[in-house]
Amino acid sequence: MEKFNKTISQLTPLKIQNIDTDQIIPARFLKAVSREGFGENLFRDWRYNSNNEPIKDFVLNNHNKDSKILIAGRNFGCGSSREHAAWAIYDYGFKVVISSFFADIFKNNCLNNGLLVFQLEEKIIQEIFDKIDNNRDHEFTVDLENQNFSSKDLKINHSFSINEYNKSCLLNGYDNIDYLLSVKDKIIQFENSK
Amino acid sequence: MGKTLFDKVWDNHIVDNIPNGPSILYVDQHLIHEVTSPQAFSGLKKRNINVFRKDRTVATADHNVPTLNQHLPIQEELSRNQVETLTKNCKETGINLYGLGHKYQGIVHVIGPELGITQPGMTIVCGDSHTSTHGAFGSIAFGIGTSEVEMVLATQCLLQNKPKRMKIEINGKLNKGVFSKDIILYVISKISASGGTGYFIEFAGSAIESLSMEARMTICNMSIEMGARGGMIAPDEITYEYIRGKEFAPKNEKFDESVQKWNILKSDEDAVFDKVLKFDAEDIEPMITYGTNPGMGIKISEVIPNSAVENSNESFKKSLKYMGLKSGDKLLNHKIDYVFIGSCTNSRIEDLRLSAKIVKGKTKAKHVSAWVIPGSKKVEKLAIDEGLNKIFMDAGFEFRQPGCSACLAMNEDKIPKDNYCVSTSNRNFEGRQGPGSRTFLASPVTAAISALNGCVSDIREHI
Repeated sequence: MEKFNKTISQLTPLKIQNIDTDQIIPARFLKAVSREGFGENLFRDWRYNSNNEPIKDFVLNNHNKDSKILIAGRNFGCGSSREHAAWAIYDYGFKVVISSFFADIFKNNCLNNGLLVFQLEEKIIQEIFDKIDNNRDHEFTVDLENQNFSSKDLKINHSFSINEYNKSCLLNGYDNIDYLLSVKDKIIQFENSK
Repeated sequence: MGKTLFDKVWDNHIVDNIPNGPSILYVDQHLIHEVTSPQAFSGLKKRNINVFRKDRTVATADHNVPTLNQHLPIQEELSRNQVETLTKNCKETGINLYGLGHKYQGIVHVIGPELGITQPGMTIVCGDSHTSTHGAFGSIAFGIGTSEVEMVLATQCLLQNKPKRMKIEINGKLNKGVFSKDIILYVISKISASGGTGYFIEFAGSAIESLSMEARMTICNMSIEMGARGGMIAPDEITYEYIRGKEFAPKNEKFDESVQKWNILKSDEDAVFDKVLKFDAEDIEPMITYGTNPGMGIKISEVIPNSAVENSNESFKKSLKYMGLKSGDKLLNHKIDYVFIGSCTNSRIEDLRLSAKIVKGKTKAKHVSAWVIPGSKKVEKLAIDEGLNKIFMDAGFEFRQPGCSACLAMNEDKIPKDNYCVSTSNRNFEGRQGPGSRTFLASPVTAAISALNGCVSDIREHI
């Protein structure tokens, strides 16, 4: 897993609630047997019409392609457990996803792939949406070490919470499997006790 | 202080707790399928490690498989490759596979229970969010991502934060024409598609206790549709009778010993839940969804509202636009194009029996395509033995072979753009049943009667 520490970028706003993983990556694109290349079909049916032409109003088609921070309405990532959704977001180039509320499985899937997800209050998200409505050029900084999200230009400064274990995994690029393999003796002991 | 059912099962499976971090949870039973497992197996190879406990994983092919001509090679190349990759991975690792053509093949959440693999008090995971289905037996069962599938294959454990506990009680007697699918659609419409996020739910109350195991599975199956990681129901005599005699269930004295252990799997009277919700069974009517998340549901006699709980105005409008519907519209008598009876929510023998009873001796509306997809080879065989397939086919329905089919439209079974489908599946998301498809979620009985009439219909007008 890649290490994550700090990201500075414009925001990509998705002002829709209850975005499910079928929208993030439709089922017909889940047929690969590797983890790569899903970014191409991220939000496929919102990004392209049935003739495969880009839909101009959709934010990924009319916004800075180098943005690394996706900010979305509440209950982001609900529905299917497909980790392909996290792979698609990461493969597209995002390093951070912010919402007021994430679905549980999606959150774990992101963290397992070095994709930082954190929650801000709905009111704050709405304020940010409003502030960047007319001008999306402002840069934001996500600082994981200090658990801080800010924009100097817009005078925005918020702290965010993340559990210590997940934070240290992201900062160091550790993954859960390495950890679990390191405690295999305990697991065997547990099995023997049953 | 007493313990909840969830606490009892959870505590019994904790290997260790990481300070300021998650717990190490031992997994008794792991289920895998072709779509979310290949990258986990390649992860193991990359790390050069073996499957730790191959006997605790069972595999089947369901998400991608065709529902016609299963004896022939899969036509679609990518699907075929995924199914073949699963076969190869199972062969190499020694994992038991019930693949295409096997008498136990079927939707992963249908075969676990019907084979007696699913048992009370277990921890069960699968790379599929509807793993919550198995909670109907009083087990902790939930969906996981592919990295977590790899963790389980590598160590038989997961790192999990303990969720909060919610109890949803439904008391009273169910009205005529109301089934377990209606109960769960009703609850989700009340608490929204995110109302259960962060919680594990215990369903209780006299209305739940009166349900068969298959009906209970429908309820737990859809707990994920309110955001809950899982739902569970305390095991009772109905549970034990269902399990008795199943292929992989404990036999004879072993079974009696197991029942002794299972009997303690209920929440203590003084157990404290983080949240308790109560509903009255008499308030529930046949339900149907009108929007693009399962929380957007109404009683079938109601009109489409102006708003839905936890949906902003903007999202609500987007949803109705997609569905081609307006606030104030009735869904009753709305013309439909497709009916899909199937999925891990409603493809079991009882679902097929109930809908066959409605269809028997009648003919579907000419303009409707109606598909019945049994949940497994075992369900298919039972349905054929009971002559249900003939009842469906005589009525103009297609009776096909087992798989996930049009629930997520990964195979050829897709609902065309702008077509309306009354579906017994679990998700009405945009494009879920095929690009541009429009889904009305409902019970198998509502689906069956709607197929006959060619429009959304109220079963109570016909019984």
